[in-house]
Amino acid sequence: MKLYQQTAQKIGEMLAKKEVTSQEVLEATAERIRQVENKVQAFTTLTLDEAASRAQAVASRQDLGGLAGIPCGVKDNLCTKGIRTTCSSQMLENFIPPYDATVISKLKEAGAVMVGKLNMDEFAMGSSTEFSGFFPTNNPWDLTRIPGGSSGGAAAAVAAGEVFYALGSDTGGSIRQPASFCGVVGMKPTYGRVSRYGLVAFASSLDQIGPLTRDVTDCALVMNSLCGYDQLDSTSLQVDKPDYMSFLHKDIKGMKIGYPREYFQKGVDDSIKDIIKKALLTFERLGAQVEETSLPHSEYALAAYYIIATAECSANMARFDGVRYGYRDDKAEDVEEMMCNTRAHALGPETKLRIMLGTYALSSGYYDAYYLKALKVRRLIKEDFDRAFEKYDLLVSPATTSVAFKLGEKSADPLAMYMSDILTIPVNLAGIPAISIPGGLVDGLPVGVHLMGPPLSEGKLLQAAYSFEQATDYHLKTPVLEV
Amino acid sequence: MSRSKYEAVIGLEVHVELKTNSKAFCGCATSFGAEPNTNVCPICLGMPGTLPVLNRQMVEYAIKTGLALNCRIAEFCKFDRKNYYYPDLPKNYQISQYDLPIAIGGKLDIEIEGDGASKTIGITRVHMEEDAGKLVHQGNIMTTPYSLVDLNRAGTPLLEIVSEPDMSSGAEARRYVEKLRAILLFLEVSDCKMEEGSLRCDANISVRPNGQTKLGTKAEIKNMNSFRALERAVEYEIDRQIKILEEGGTIIQDTRTWDEVQQITLSMRSKEEAHDYRYFPDPDLMPLKIDQAWTERVRASLPELPDQACLRLVEEYNLSQYDAALLTATKDGLEYFDACVRQYPQPKVVANWIMGELARLLNQNNMEIKDCRITPHALSQLLTLLEKGTISGKIAKKVFEEMFQTGALPDKIIEEQGLVQISDEAGILAIVKEVINANPKVVDDFKNGKGKAAGFLVGQVMKASKGKANPEIANRLLNEELSRL
Repeated sequence: MKLYQQTAQKIGEMLAKKEVTSQEVLEATAERIRQVENKVQAFTTLTLDEAASRAQAVASRQDLGGLAGIPCGVKDNLCTKGIRTTCSSQMLENFIPPYDATVISKLKEAGAVMVGKLNMDEFAMGSSTEFSGFFPTNNPWDLTRIPGGSSGGAAAAVAAGEVFYALGSDTGGSIRQPASFCGVVGMKPTYGRVSRYGLVAFASSLDQIGPLTRDVTDCALVMNSLCGYDQLDSTSLQVDKPDYMSFLHKDIKGMKIGYPREYFQKGVDDSIKDIIKKALLTFERLGAQVEETSLPHSEYALAAYYIIATAECSANMARFDGVRYGYRDDKAEDVEEMMCNTRAHALGPETKLRIMLGTYALSSGYYDAYYLKALKVRRLIKEDFDRAFEKYDLLVSPATTSVAFKLGEKSADPLAMYMSDILTIPVNLAGIPAISIPGGLVDGLPVGVHLMGPPLSEGKLLQAAYSFEQATDYHLKTPVLEV
Repeated sequence: MSRSKYEAVIGLEVHVELKTNSKAFCGCATSFGAEPNTNVCPICLGMPGTLPVLNRQMVEYAIKTGLALNCRIAEFCKFDRKNYYYPDLPKNYQISQYDLPIAIGGKLDIEIEGDGASKTIGITRVHMEEDAGKLVHQGNIMTTPYSLVDLNRAGTPLLEIVSEPDMSSGAEARRYVEKLRAILLFLEVSDCKMEEGSLRCDANISVRPNGQTKLGTKAEIKNMNSFRALERAVEYEIDRQIKILEEGGTIIQDTRTWDEVQQITLSMRSKEEAHDYRYFPDPDLMPLKIDQAWTERVRASLPELPDQACLRLVEEYNLSQYDAALLTATKDGLEYFDACVRQYPQPKVVANWIMGELARLLNQNNMEIKDCRITPHALSQLLTLLEKGTISGKIAKKVFEEMFQTGALPDKIIEEQGLVQISDEAGILAIVKEVINANPKVVDDFKNGKGKAAGFLVGQVMKASKGKANPEIANRLLNEELSRL
């Protein structure tokens, strides 16, 4: 097995035993990037020079452990001090933040080696990374297909061996859906578990940062570094941070797992349903009690989500006006024209569409019918989950309705694109944690199993995911990208 | 114009900048007058990915203000985003409070014309929000080739205090803001400087024929930067609306600006052009829960407020309502008065000196009481010297001026300038005799019954003594001498 194919945890062990140096690990990663990046196109910015000095800096340190010296990538909506943070938008093509996101500070403290910023749908709005303002990213399993989105660059880079793990953000499935499409592990933590400070907001009440990794152990490892209260984020939870690694080796005998029937209805490909049914049998075999349940308000989730997310987005996007940073139309005659042209030129069509939807939903006379109603639906969906978790430890569903679709297949049809997130969106509305793990292949393309748990149940999710992973070999399958 | 046939209905929205140490949602300083764009950070610059964190001191000041205005403090309130685009608003939305403000349903009393009569003005609500920055134009806003943005002020905590439409004249509007300002100054939550913009006021004005219950169409007036401007703008707008109605026209709802040069209101935008602010709850901030205990702690820490102080001065010191109101107009003034009375426990005498000589000199020199160089100790020394007869009233005023200019103690001034009153009878008698001898004609006039002649002679005695003769003794001795002639 080549160095770049190892897990982060394994690399960490090798570094600790001095079987390899952090420079050698970085060189292996850099070499892999040189080999496959022109096919995958996962990065918006490569920072290999900075990575080299960081790798050197941590090489002499014995005290770090964990993520120290291990190359990673970061979705390009996480602010990195001194390194451009574009959100894959023309608007921020040359924006260099003077501050680090809290998660970036945490990674730095842990000795992580960031090799680059990862492509995404512009401002995290999209499900295929085709709405990147620069270029689309290709799915390493089939370069004619999309990697999912919006954290498409992150999932593709992890799957292609270009980084050992990546940080993404998940507003309606943007970590879990691309994880599923690229055959990697992706976790969206409980809302407030990970600080959002420095994450360029799409929809503030739904956004959450999380890891994309090769396996469940790595997910626990990265979670250990990401989580924790942050006084810079008022929505950050003041709760103890467990050691997620400690959950991995517990069995799941007697665990109660429900599968909501609404997540297996029409719209979900039969081949996907088969994969999940098989996964449920695996859980049963591992000693869990599995039964069907119901989340009756699920069908309203998509509509509520697109009102709440776009409403928040319309305000969050307002700051990109050309006045203080980012792109500016300097040919305009006055300030109003400058602001209008700046936004007209530098924002992509999907971003504009969502800004307009959200602006409409909040407009005087429509607020009650749209935004307020959506908030009520959100509460009902949350209550569905609350009731389910009184009875079940976890819920299992497909992560996506199909395998990764072809580039261009849905980009002209917003509704078809939005439907691809229908299984992951309710989790964000409820603020609960969820994970997508490799569940098998359909026609040579990966499919994710989606596990959902009550607030702050990340440990239990990792426990069940790890048990599943130990019982299967799906996570060991990798795409063939050789030159 | 028949003003008497109409009733004006006025409500005010007052914005005050809170003098917290740091801004509303970040750690930047709030000081006034710093170099442009130096009190800024990624958060108040609205940079991508940054998040607001609520300033506890702002909440504390808001609770204080709410309680002082007799409001109910909400146990649950929240922050909302008010969306509009303007280059001085970094996020292009303002964090404010919309439907659940921190304080609601208060009142304050204003005195109207003369002694005692007062009127209660309802306070609809008090809410917290962040201020915007400032645009600096090159000359006129319409012709400036470019504008500069200074974001030092962006994110400064503000309170918006909204009154009920309970006022009916420019004078009442002015009294309301003056009273509000006094309360806020007593609370020490704001500097309330209209000229620096730390207190800003908008007025909603409508008129209706007497007896009509339905409100008329209102206009909102902005840009009134002094009490005088407020009073005049309100009066102008009332007259303007009445004139339109008298001429058979209809009022168009609009937002107007007070033009200080022309002394008129001008339309800025009509109702149709009004913003739709698309308020919605700010998802970056948790709803704010204020428990009863916090409110009660703040209540217990409230200082004496102008109305209470005024009552104390009337009841304990026996001052008139008018004097008490003047002395409690500012916190500094009241503190000065109280300190003086502690040192010289004759409130009426102290009050007269403060409202008379001191007020005159402060006015003349365009100074405030906190700049005054006469310490309460010095004033009490002067009043004691006057009471003992060491100096005359006339000399006392002279010494007072000297004290005001130099800050010296009165005993020192008196000694240096030899101003001690002469009460030695033999000495004064000698002067009296000299004056009588030197003015035989006036003495004749006196004998012939001309009363004024005595006054002239007293004046001459005082003059000859360089004003130091005790006037009572001089008078008595002169009369005795004259009657002996």
